[in-house]
Amino acid sequence: MCECCNGKKDIYLPELWTITKRRMLNGTELFVHLEKDGGGDFDYIPGQFVEVSVAGIGEAPISISSSPTQKGMELVIRNVGALTKVIHGMEVGDKLGIRGPYGSTYPIESAKGKDLVFVCGGIGLVPQRSFIRYALDHRADYGDITVLIGTKCHDMRLFREELAMWDERKDMTVLETIDEGHDCWNGNVGVVTTLIPKVESHLPNSQILVCGPPIMYKFVLMALAEAKVPEENIFVNLERRMKCGVGKCGHCQINELYVCQDGPVFRYSDLASVPEAI
Amino acid sequence: MSVSTVTKEQFKSFVAALVNSDQKVVGVQAKDDKFAFGELTDADALRLDYDVTILPPKKYVLPQKETLMNFEVAGAAKTVCPDEKMVLLGVHPYDMVAINQMDELFSQGEYDTHYMNRRDNITIIVCDVVTPSENVFASSMNTATCDSGYDILLTDIGDRFVVEAATEKGEALVKTINGAKEAAAADTDKRKAVQEKNIASLNKHTLECKPSDLPDLLEKAYDHPVWEEKAKLCYSCGSCNQVCPTCYCFDVQDEVNWDLKTGSRCRSWDGCLLSNFATVAGNHNFRENRADRFRHRLYRKGKYVPGKIDGQIACVGCGRCISACTSKIANPVEIYNTLMEKA
Repeated sequence: MCECCNGKKDIYLPELWTITKRRMLNGTELFVHLEKDGGGDFDYIPGQFVEVSVAGIGEAPISISSSPTQKGMELVIRNVGALTKVIHGMEVGDKLGIRGPYGSTYPIESAKGKDLVFVCGGIGLVPQRSFIRYALDHRADYGDITVLIGTKCHDMRLFREELAMWDERKDMTVLETIDEGHDCWNGNVGVVTTLIPKVESHLPNSQILVCGPPIMYKFVLMALAEAKVPEENIFVNLERRMKCGVGKCGHCQINELYVCQDGPVFRYSDLASVPEAI
Repeated sequence: MSVSTVTKEQFKSFVAALVNSDQKVVGVQAKDDKFAFGELTDADALRLDYDVTILPPKKYVLPQKETLMNFEVAGAAKTVCPDEKMVLLGVHPYDMVAINQMDELFSQGEYDTHYMNRRDNITIIVCDVVTPSENVFASSMNTATCDSGYDILLTDIGDRFVVEAATEKGEALVKTINGAKEAAAADTDKRKAVQEKNIASLNKHTLECKPSDLPDLLEKAYDHPVWEEKAKLCYSCGSCNQVCPTCYCFDVQDEVNWDLKTGSRCRSWDGCLLSNFATVAGNHNFRENRADRFRHRLYRKGKYVPGKIDGQIACVGCGRCISACTSKIANPVEIYNTLMEKA
């Protein structure tokens, strides 16, 4: 901020956060816990994302995976491009630039008192974990919590220890499947939609939260339609190229909507006349 | 604010004095057989009789490339504040309308200090059109004249200019014109005649509906065959985006200096027609189909951006995209009129 900016903040300027924990969740997904340098407020709501950058490499939108009930912030970063490759090489004590939080949120208020069903495909579990943990930390506020998780293969499963803990809880249901069978896997085999019939009776009166790769939505939404779930009960968390995060650069547009501001979490019934969405 | 008249010689002396001051002056000049905005170092080079410039004056509020911040590699960054003051001389009314729209887009919601600082540092002198360009359709878009955004409005009434100061910045500048006289009713009548003529005649292509009808027209045209038909010839070169005064999509890239220790985060123009515009990490392209990108541009202009700025249509009828398009498929008027035929 400077005099010539009329006291206005530079919306593109990141703040530095320090990596306080890091571990690989599988071969490509790095989990980092971050603390903001100098402390200070950072309020976010499950479903939101941040712009993560390393000066000299670039910037990318990343979903927040922690719950605001936790200290600091947790992200999961897939090694998929120039920036994420550099982040994967970082150690505890190294710094990331953070802007945000940006975007819409999961319906943490309107879903109170209702059953929640999370449908997660692959790294779709990452942003969903924010709301799952939030709901578990406010357990009395929500009804039944069901988490359906589909992963491509056994080796790519995320948050394995946490899933084992969730599995032991009496106050939630976790169903997992992997696309391809594996010797060490005794559970369900098949895509995530194969889990939907197992909880079908539950669906029409639940809030359904869906996040996964682009191809997954169509099939999950078809299965939910068959199960007679009203579209206003479904929330989808969409990915696009949210380059600026502030509704200016145009990259994340789906028709007239800006995923960085109107999304990433959309109520499915609001997307009826948005053909580019799904 | 004042309305005065000055002779062309008096105006030239004013421009010469401005050019010789420490003030940066940008004006329209000939560039081969076309015209372009560029830094003015000689008052004689100013061409207020131009038809259209190759690029719109947008490049002074949203440069092709600008530094947003300087940084230490993998470390902290510091904002770069654009603070250069400038007089922008000879903006046509349709381009002024486009800048007005961008002012709203960059200040609404999250306030963009980089854009707004540049804008606040510019004094804009608009001039009414003297020579219509080959593809102008400003009359169809209600942008042949403009009534806001400028500091000074200049109208060529033959032997003299009518000079209207619209802001205090403009008034201060007009006061420096030696020989300026208060405009008589006959002068402002002549100005009105020039503007009325432009309102009727800057129309090489005629939109067969009111601009305000476009959002509703597009509401029903999403699956119209015109998108595929036109896009078959599209090279996805993005020329239509690059010459457009209302396109403001941008990319941001980091650049590292030779010392490998410091660098800059820079913003540059991008275009929604370019094939990788909506590609995310992992190479998934959310608008891979050329026809979808082609349609997106026309929807941005006629429906999506208007939804953010009180219904103002984000096409100002400059006709630059029509001239720039290699395949001759970019004409918005032709496309919107086609949608009406089958609607």
